[in-house]
Amino acid sequence: MIGAGLAGERCAIEAAAAGHSVLILSLVPPRRSHSCAAQGGMQAALGNCAKAEGDSPDVHFLDTVRGSDWGADQEVARIFADTAPLAVRELAHFGVPWTRLRPGINRYHIKGEQVDVDEPTDKAGLIMHRDFGGTAKWRACYAAAGTGHATLYAVDSQVVRLGIDVLDRMEAIALVHDGERCHGAVVRCLRTGRLETILARATVIATGGYGRIYGGYTSNAVINEGMGAVLALDTGIVPLGNMEAVQFHPTGLWPAGILVTEGCRGDGGYLLNAAGERFLVALEPEKQELASRDVVSRHMMNEILAGRGVDSPNGPHLWLDLRHLGEEHLTTRLREIYEICHDFLGIKPWEDLVPVRPTQHYSMGGVRVNKDGQAYGLAGLFAVGEAACWDMHGFNRLGGNSLAETIVAGRIVGARIADFVTRAGPGPDAALGSAELKAQEQRLRDLAQRPAGGRSLYQLRDEMGEIMMNRLGVFRTGEEIEAAVRDLKRLLQEAGSIGLRATAPGPNPELTYALRLPGMLRLALVTAEGALARRESRGAHHRIDYPQRNDAEWLNRTLARWLPGAEGPRLSYEPVGLLDLPPGHRGYGASGYVDLDVSLEAYNQRVAAAQSAEGCLETAEPVGSSLRPGAWRGAFSAPN
Amino acid sequence: MSQAAQRTLKFEIFRYNPEDPASKPHMQAFELQETPFMSLFIALNKLREEQDPTLQFDFVCRSAVCGSCGMMVNGRPALACKTLTSQLERTIRLHPLPAFRLVGDLAVDTGSWFRGMTERVQGWIEAKAPFDPDAVEERMDDEVARAIYERERCIECGCCVASCAVANTRPAFVAPAGLNRIARFMMDPRDRRKTGDWFEVFASDEGVFGCLGLMACQDVCPKELPLREVYAYLRRKSLTGILSRRAKPAT
Ligand SMILES: Cc1cc2nc3c(=O)[nH]c(=O)nc-3n(C[C@H](O)[C@H](O)[C@H](O)COP(=O)(O)OP(=O)(O)OC[C@H]3O[C@@H](n4cnc5c(N)ncnc54)[C@H](O)[C@@H]3O)c2cc1C
Ligand code: SF4
Ligand code: SF4
Ligand code: FES
Repeated sequence: MIGAGLAGERCAIEAAAAGHSVLILSLVPPRRSHSCAAQGGMQAALGNCAKAEGDSPDVHFLDTVRGSDWGADQEVARIFADTAPLAVRELAHFGVPWTRLRPGINRYHIKGEQVDVDEPTDKAGLIMHRDFGGTAKWRACYAAAGTGHATLYAVDSQVVRLGIDVLDRMEAIALVHDGERCHGAVVRCLRTGRLETILARATVIATGGYGRIYGGYTSNAVINEGMGAVLALDTGIVPLGNMEAVQFHPTGLWPAGILVTEGCRGDGGYLLNAAGERFLVALEPEKQELASRDVVSRHMMNEILAGRGVDSPNGPHLWLDLRHLGEEHLTTRLREIYEICHDFLGIKPWEDLVPVRPTQHYSMGGVRVNKDGQAYGLAGLFAVGEAACWDMHGFNRLGGNSLAETIVAGRIVGARIADFVTRAGPGPDAALGSAELKAQEQRLRDLAQRPAGGRSLYQLRDEMGEIMMNRLGVFRTGEEIEAAVRDLKRLLQEAGSIGLRATAPGPNPELTYALRLPGMLRLALVTAEGALARRESRGAHHRIDYPQRNDAEWLNRTLARWLPGAEGPRLSYEPVGLLDLPPGHRGYGASGYVDLDVSLEAYNQRVAAAQSAEGCLETAEPVGSSLRPGAWRGAFSAPN
Repeated sequence: MSQAAQRTLKFEIFRYNPEDPASKPHMQAFELQETPFMSLFIALNKLREEQDPTLQFDFVCRSAVCGSCGMMVNGRPALACKTLTSQLERTIRLHPLPAFRLVGDLAVDTGSWFRGMTERVQGWIEAKAPFDPDAVEERMDDEVARAIYERERCIECGCCVASCAVANTRPAFVAPAGLNRIARFMMDPRDRRKTGDWFEVFASDEGVFGCLGLMACQDVCPKELPLREVYAYLRRKSLTGILSRRAKPAT
């Protein structure tokens, strides 16, 4: 198990509970994985509080597919929405101190007004929900604004209880495979610098997102460098899915990029321009501040581009206004937000405005897997969590759906892995392992022998970050992306000839980074090439030169492979998956789109065949078996 | 915060690479131009990127939630990512946290320590019954959830452990973070363990009776955990535990 965040650990628990021996690797102690930083909440349709009345997995499914701008695999979205309530309750069983429902009159801030809501007595003490963007109901379960922390600690405590081994400061740097099957990985110890091979019947990539290809313009931790995606890409066989689908979160602290949760707006916070106006009220009358993240981020950037931002030495920003929520609320249910404001800005959010601006936040793209979490093309390789493109998020993830995905997918994929290992034939091939180890040792020696000189790795990283944020940000154009591709190719070449400035025995942080940077540049290129080819706007991918969603030509998923020795990725496409909810208007954001030019039936007929042609390995259950076609009809907020 | 600062900062940083036979523990001096809102996260990365590429330290979240970056800042344990240079004198002395195994320079192995502690205090829920996938979640009063969450907020940064004289001299002491962890599970109604079951771990010199009560730990905790309350709670619990044991009829 490569990765000890929520997804990796939940998956490990499932496989260990089935009696298999599991080893978890992580760059850092498990509880320091970036999952701990998640703040606002986890979506699950328990329907407990008054504003969640009538909620159900059907409504959650609809919200998720609309949020994805129809880019999601609807069968996966269905599996997800159906399992989320169970997964959240199981977390309560593991010890998460979910915020609970307080019966009687509760005072909330909804769409700019103070509202008193009578919470039902018969629901007292059940898990409470808060509002999040792009959802029809209050659905996000939360533990103050430390949901990720509380969840990760609970899940890790189960890992410890079960005695599952974890090796921290261990970095997987290459997969061992024979072109058809994965046999484990070569790892580098970040305490000693030594390499070794770890053989396994099943290998899982659970390495989180790749936000750091945006340099410092991200809410992600410094270790979210996409190394899992690189492991898969480097096989030349396993494709990455939808890498151009990159989420920007509306409220990154400006300029530090530290995240301020959507829960702030869910609990009634406003966005203001320099003139102090709530510009979203006119732009999104229905959802206001709580349209989906892609939509709110675009409105914010437009506001800034129109000169209505607040000037600052680091460039213009907007304000998040939380003052009306009051000190009591901000120091309890949004406590972590108060702490961030206090620690990093020296302000009190009940007195002062918070400077924010959209920042890179989430990687919808990742290692392309089928609904069992099995990677395309290589048996015995799985991926789960943010590192995977399981594809319930399509081109825009809804807030709170990612934590829920880690737990739901962890459960499901973990069980599939247990199955696979039980059925799988002969064990891993040790000779292949030592061959790959030799190859990696050679790679390190080559690196050590290159003469130092020229620019530093870190200067290249900074340039990559600028390119990505300026040219592959909230708004994109063909011309800009072409320039980005050219520059990234140049950087990739330059990175290939940079030598180390210092040699030190042991982990040597410069060497660690030198091993990662070329991979990050390849991911950046895959993102750019995917964005260039996709001549439409869908979810977070917005092309000014092709502003409409185009279901006739682009209702598909990008797959990118990097063949050995190639200078760039090779792109291909597959249908998004079986359609249950037909493409339509999302209920917020732009209303125009180009309609599908074939019938749903015709589209659906292509799905299974097209996926297996792309190298999708057999699923335990046939494609479509988890879908409940039309079950959402009649659900609240269903289209006619 | 003064924007006009723009001082030249002087750093004195502890250096030692256990993997290098030639390396000896020593202090190394650096100079760095201060910038507005500069944190030690920014400063240390600048030093590594521009002056000494071998410098070791740990950061992950850079937003004071992951607990990776505890170090001694001018002799006091602190989270480096949320320490702004503007709060410090011009000369800044950095050491690794004591009480933990050194990885190199400012990086220490808090991970193994905390896993060991979790194993020792059995810091997990011992559920009353197996998970029932068909049942609605067990109810809990929101006040109770809040109180548990208050103790749950420990980020395992190790600052309290480093500050504690007892933890530094007696490795078996479960230390402030461990006592807090015990209290967190003890007060959780979902846990089936009774006070008596915890007794061995916390009502001993390795537990709450080992603590000298000077509260250095509470002063340094970057999450402001109410450690004083925690110890009072545990002492109360251990007294009732002792009394109830005495009250048991002799067999
Ligand atoms: C600031 C912030 C707030 C968020 N808030 C929310 C929220 O409120 N609700 C929500 O639903 N989502 C939220 N998200 C998103 C969500 O937190 C993440 O998507 C999710 O936690 C990812 O979990 P993961 O297990 O996939 O990856 P991670 O938690 O990132 O774990 C990755 C693991 O992989 C390891 N690893 C990486 N590379 C290697 C390698 N090469 N070798 C070995 N190990 C490796 C790391 O050490 C780590 O253990 C937030 C994200 C951020 C950044
Ligand atoms: S009060 Fe107790 S636990 Fe805290 S530092 Fe002092 S001896 Fe250690
Ligand atoms: S109690 Fe406070 S100081 Fe101690 S490890 Fe936890 S967060 Fe850090
Ligand atoms: S880097 Fe996470 S707490 Fe400082």
